[in-house]
Amino acid sequence: METPLLAFNDKGIYCAAADVYLDPWKPVDKAIISHGHADHSRYGHKKYITHHSNVPIISHRLGEISVTGKKWNESFTINGVKFSLHPAGHIIGSSQIRVEYKGEVWVFTGDYKTEDDGVAVPYEPVKCHTFITECTFGLPAFKWTPQEQVFTEINNWWAQNQADGRTSVLFGYSLGKAQRLLKHLDPSIGKIYTHGAIENMTEVLRSQMDFHETTRVTRETTKADMKGNIVLAPGSAHGSTWIRKMVPYVTASASGWMTFRGARRRRAIDKGFVLSDHCDWQGLLSSIKETGCEKVICTHGYTDIFSKYLREQGYDARTEETQYESETGQLESDKEKDSE
Amino acid sequence: MRAFADLIKTLDSTNKTTLKVEALTEYFKNAEDKDKVWTIAILSHRRPPRPVNTTLMREWASELANIPLWLFEESYHIVGDLAETIALVIPKSDSSTEKSLNQFLQEILDLKKKPEDVKKEYLFDNWLNLNYYERFVFTKLITGSFRIGVSQKLMTRALAKATEIDEDILAYKLMGNWEPSKITYNKLILEENEEDFLSKPYPFYLAYAIEDEPDALGDVSEWSAEHKWDGIRSQVIIRNDQLFVWSRGEELVTDKYPEFEALVGVVPNGTVIDGEILPFPDGEIGTFNDLQTRIGRKNVSKKLLEKTPVILKAYDILEWEGEDIRNTAFGERREILEKLYHEVRSDELPLHLSESIRFKTWEEAAVERENSREVKSEGLMLKRLDSPYLVGRKKGDWWKWKVDPLTIDAVLTYAMRGHGRRSNLFTDYTFGLWDEEKKELVTFAKAYSGLTDKEFRKLDAWIKRNTLDRFGPVRSVTPHYVFEIAFEGIAESKRHKSGVATRFPRILRWRLDKKIEEANTLEDLKALIP
Repeated sequence: METPLLAFNDKGIYCAAADVYLDPWKPVDKAIISHGHADHSRYGHKKYITHHSNVPIISHRLGEISVTGKKWNESFTINGVKFSLHPAGHIIGSSQIRVEYKGEVWVFTGDYKTEDDGVAVPYEPVKCHTFITECTFGLPAFKWTPQEQVFTEINNWWAQNQADGRTSVLFGYSLGKAQRLLKHLDPSIGKIYTHGAIENMTEVLRSQMDFHETTRVTRETTKADMKGNIVLAPGSAHGSTWIRKMVPYVTASASGWMTFRGARRRRAIDKGFVLSDHCDWQGLLSSIKETGCEKVICTHGYTDIFSKYLREQGYDARTEETQYESETGQLESDKEKDSE
Repeated sequence: MRAFADLIKTLDSTNKTTLKVEALTEYFKNAEDKDKVWTIAILSHRRPPRPVNTTLMREWASELANIPLWLFEESYHIVGDLAETIALVIPKSDSSTEKSLNQFLQEILDLKKKPEDVKKEYLFDNWLNLNYYERFVFTKLITGSFRIGVSQKLMTRALAKATEIDEDILAYKLMGNWEPSKITYNKLILEENEEDFLSKPYPFYLAYAIEDEPDALGDVSEWSAEHKWDGIRSQVIIRNDQLFVWSRGEELVTDKYPEFEALVGVVPNGTVIDGEILPFPDGEIGTFNDLQTRIGRKNVSKKLLEKTPVILKAYDILEWEGEDIRNTAFGERREILEKLYHEVRSDELPLHLSESIRFKTWEEAAVERENSREVKSEGLMLKRLDSPYLVGRKKGDWWKWKVDPLTIDAVLTYAMRGHGRRSNLFTDYTFGLWDEEKKELVTFAKAYSGLTDKEFRKLDAWIKRNTLDRFGPVRSVTPHYVFEIAFEGIAESKRHKSGVATRFPRILRWRLDKKIEEANTLEDLKALIP
């Protein structure tokens, strides 16, 4: 049997011809990294290759590492295998990884979304034969609303809480979601406070992009300072002693999981805004179509259901086990992404 | 409908009880009367009969969403709520409706008799032309059960605020049988009408479980104790030579227990007794399993009546000589009850007295509690002698002091996704015990509670990574984790594969320290049968 261009082994997605791994979950010699979230960029590889704008992110997260930055669409060859990175639109610096060998093209999406969020470079479809895709939200129940509408709701919610004399606490990942929220909050309503994890990450990203002014919540910050203002915090801050400082407060979470009423209620959050950095159902289907691919490999999310549907639609689709956060990824407050 | 959908959206946007009550109060102040009646009905679980079966609804929704039925079903298992799934998969719409809530409900009532194609057209039309929350509410009204984190108690509190009528009086008015399509808001809430009160029960007073040792309750001489019976909490009403039997779920169950007709003409009119319906086969108290054979039956056969008759174990009296005596001290109410009992008692009459026990010390009470399983009770009830009969679950005057549950160590074998706030999380578990050769795990119980949210999440993540096989919403998992399962009672059962039925199984502890080989066997379980 011919060796496939990319194979899934116990360490990650392996390209045998180039002897290189894509987003490996165990330490390897050479790793091409799609983006800076912890389940895709792990500790311990000897060499990291990633997009320029992801370099400061993983350097901040992983400390001293040997990393090479690449530009969008810049080809580089390893043992005769041609690689290039293309915008995935998930968070700043998130790439799809294109792999070409002897005329055969594979694309690995990492995580991606089709909507332009105003922060990440927008997703670009890349033609390929085999498309390795995430499907975190691969169910027809997931349908995103254009973000303008969601941000209008978020800003209205903040203004209403302010009118009621309450502090707004908005939860989102420290890397990606927090900056997207920050970019679209309306600073004319009030001050924007940040949890330390978010402030640190935003500080790293300010060199690449302008963000509204933020104020870190410190020991000296008082209840009165924050009253009526908004606080951006990682989900892990919910239910902590840290948040008591904001009393009286109202909580909200911005996530694709907020589609489910149960997800919001279970986490005892007041308000849920459906805002995701992943594709919704239609986004996944249209992306797959645009690549012109024949084969699809689903890596994480509702993989079994989604690949079964793709097969019914005539694709040669299958599922591969990976250690990217899939079904378990929905417990956002527990994610290691936020525990940095 | 728009106002009602907005209300549901507001209730959905907060976790704080005060804000929920505020939103409901505002709604009750502004809504039109007919809508108010329906809102009260819906929030007190009086829903219109389901006009379309859910199989058809699933088919139609997947047709409209242009997805295969299997994909709809998979989505439903993950979303955990049918109406929510339907509202999500159908193409989005931003339009809204002018029609009132009561118009919708009248249409839904009329829909039941319509041919299938009319029903389909009606659903399609509304699904496509309502926005997300209206569509969700509309579908909820059709599928029934409206659980949205608002209890009847909360709704009653808001109604009391809006009307300035006492909350307990409202609770009383809302009890019993009334039809939202026929009754007016005036008649239901505002008017005082003697006749309506003929069948009405009183709101039940419910006890909390005791928190510490009972000596924290103070002087033992201020307390009366009795055994805590494991049957159906009920009120038996004799008024105007008529019998009414109400269960705690506010269900009129008179027809299910014809035995109690014997009380009419013996117990005087104007009497309401609070007690427990218990099975009484062969002249002694049976198990809850015996009672199960009576619960769901509307038409009770003569044979069943002979095999499993029921009795009322009376423990309180709420109305006497036509007077509401709930504010009389418990001690005095007991004297009235006991006097009545001794006057009317006979071997044929299905009225028994729940004996009240007085102790000199709490230690003495503890000894009696240990005796509970022998007399087929679940433990003791402690009631303050000078207490009135309160409404709902209130702390202070009544406490339940159950015996410690029986426990066994079992292995997690299957898991299913939960519903409501547990949707998309595997929180419904099946547990197995070893057969004799310790080769196979035999299912013995299902349990849904007993873990913390954090433990649920941890176990959920593990289940997703250790699934062996999928059967629709159910997954079999690698036998790996041992849990200590607690249960209240145990009896032989032909309906269970294991041959044993347990009462109220729940998880007591996640035994991370135990390997599956150390879990108990079915024989160990059977040894617990008294």
